[in-house]
Parts: sequence; structure tokens; C-alpha cells
Amino acid sequence: MVNIIWAAMAVTGIVYAMFNGTMDEVNEALFESAEEAVTLSIGLISILVFWLGIMKVAEKAGILEFLSRMFRPIIIRLFPDIPKDHPAIGYILSNITANIFGLGNAATPMGIKAMEQMKELSGSDEASRSMITFLALNTSSLTIIPTTVISIRMQYDSVSPTEIVGTTIIATLISSVSALMIDRVFYYRSRRRKS
Amino acid sequence: MMGIITTISTWLIPCFIAVVLIVSTWKRVPAYETFVEGGKDGVRMAFSLLPFLVGMIVAISILRSSGALEAFIQLISPLLIKIGVPPDIIPLALVRPISGTAALGMTTELISTHGPDSFIGRLASTMQGSTDTTLYILTVYFGAVGIRKMRYALKVGLLADLVGIIASIIVVTLLFG
Repeated sequence: MVNIIWAAMAVTGIVYAMFNGTMDEVNEALFESAEEAVTLSIGLISILVFWLGIMKVAEKAGILEFLSRMFRPIIIRLFPDIPKDHPAIGYILSNITANIFGLGNAATPMGIKAMEQMKELSGSDEASRSMITFLALNTSSLTIIPTTVISIRMQYDSVSPTEIVGTTIIATLISSVSALMIDRVFYYRSRRRKS
Repeated sequence: MMGIITTISTWLIPCFIAVVLIVSTWKRVPAYETFVEGGKDGVRMAFSLLPFLVGMIVAISILRSSGALEAFIQLISPLLIKIGVPPDIIPLALVRPISGTAALGMTTELISTHGPDSFIGRLASTMQGSTDTTLYILTVYFGAVGIRKMRYALKVGLLADLVGIIASIIVVTLLFG
């Protein structure tokens, strides 16, 4: 699936450029965006190193386990195929908490770590059920304080930069609950197909 | 209310770090060595992510710079206007799941041209905040741990985006419209 989408995006762009006369722009974008992607990855190093370091300490000190025990009833319902005391639950919780408070920088490393733990559980290179649920939660965005948007609104002299927090929370809630439901529907459909 | 939330946001991380370090010292976990050990994972992860991000970001930028993305948006705009989507918001709604930087740029532009307190300004703000870049999250999370078969993940992510976009239009129209 991703192979086709990836190739289709690039090929569509190139073929369109042939007729649209934008080949120069495409050439320029090719190298600029590759550089941009490398800068982005390098920028991630600092955050990843710091957070994975701290989280490793948290794991060894038993804090992740404590967290997961506290929220176990909710998480177990959302991720039924993760064993009760698995460290994955601690990382999932940390990712969700960081997301809720708009701390995207901290959320990404924890999310990756959670994925890694879930991959260990499934032991294959195929996305497992809980991985997709986790992804659905993340893509629907859990942010209740959109800090970036608020700062842009402040820059443009909004009378009330934070007035959109309410609408954002409602829209986020709707999209997250729907994401979980859509995820369930697809899961049961895929299981029915297998049997 | 808002003040409380912002305070929590700024205090959360430093306090969390303090708690982790106090508990680990108390439990005699070698904190510094464990930190370094975990940090090494971060270096490895960032490098394993690099090719995934380069591939995805370059493909998206080809699509954008060629003008194909814009042409596609113009092609389906009439249909979306018919079902009640404000025309100014359409490019943002379509780009939001694909490219985070492009969406942020569009949100900024919409806010600056229409004003942050206009209907479009509020709608763009809500839309930007209530959905996330599905393609980026998919690339980063699955790329970093080496998932090859995504199964139904992309469909779920994109459908959730669609719901989020529709929800923000309805919510903003009801509250501010």
C-alpha cells in the first residue's frame, strides 16, 4: 500500500510537471526537500536522546510500571492484546499524556518506544492490532492545548488567541472517539476475512 | 482556566524529570548510566528514521512543486463547496493529513489574510489543532521500528482525519458561525 502511494505521489508530480511546465520547480524541490528531511531527522536526535534517556531511567525505577498500573483498566480496554504488566503500556500512557498537553517533542520519542515494545510483542514486521489503534489515536490528535496555533494567533493580534481551545477540544474529542471506532470496525473486518 | 492549563503544561516536564530522578536515586538505580544507555537508543533511532523521512518528504514536495496538488484541489473544490465546505478552507483540509509544514504555512496565511478572529481564521485554527499529520506519524512510528506491512493503518488514519475536519467545520459553525 505505502509503496504504491509513495510512487504514485512522485510519478503524478513528475508527469504533471511535464505538461504544466514546472520541471524547474520540481528539480529545485527535489534537493531542497531532501535537505529539509535530513535537517528534520538530525533535529530529532536531541529530543530522542534526551527523552529516551529519561524514560529508560523511569522504566528502571519502576515509574512506568506504576503509571500503567494506575490507568490499567482504561488502557486494557483500548489495547486488549497487550499483556497487563508489559512496559508498552507505560510508554503508551506517557505518549498520550505528552500529546494531551501539546508537548509534541516529548510525545514522539515515547510513541516510537511504545511501537518498539509492541513490535517485540508481535515479533513480525506486520503492524499489529494495538499498533494500529495507537496510531489511530495519534493521527486523530489528542492535543487539548494547540500551543503553536495559539502563538500564531497572538502574532496576528487576535483579541482572544485562546478562544479556539474550546472548539479544538470538542473537535479533537469527536475525531479521537471516531478514530477508535473506525479502528475497531476495520479490525473486525480484517479478522472476519481471515477466518 | 486557561492559566491553569498553561501552568500545568510548563510545569509538567520539569516536574516529571525531577520525580524520575528522585525515585531512581532512592531506589539505587544508576541514573546517569541508565540515561546514557537509553540515550544511545535515540541516536540509533534518529538515523534509522532518516531514509524514511527523506523518501516521504521528497515525494510530497514533488507533488506540491509540480502544481499537481493544487490542480487536484481545484478539481474537487466545486464538489466540496456544494456540500457546504467554505472554499477558503479546502486547501488546508486536503493538505493537513499529508504535510505538517505545508498545513502550518496555510493556517498562518489564512489567519493573516482573514484575521485571527474571523470565521475562516477560527476554523483554520481549530482544524490545525484538532487533527495531525497522518502521513508523518505513519512514516516516523512505523519507520523507526521497521514495520513493512501497514495493513489497514493508513485507511484508519485518513478516515479519522476526515471526521476531524468535518467535526471542526460543524463545531466552529455552531459556536462562532
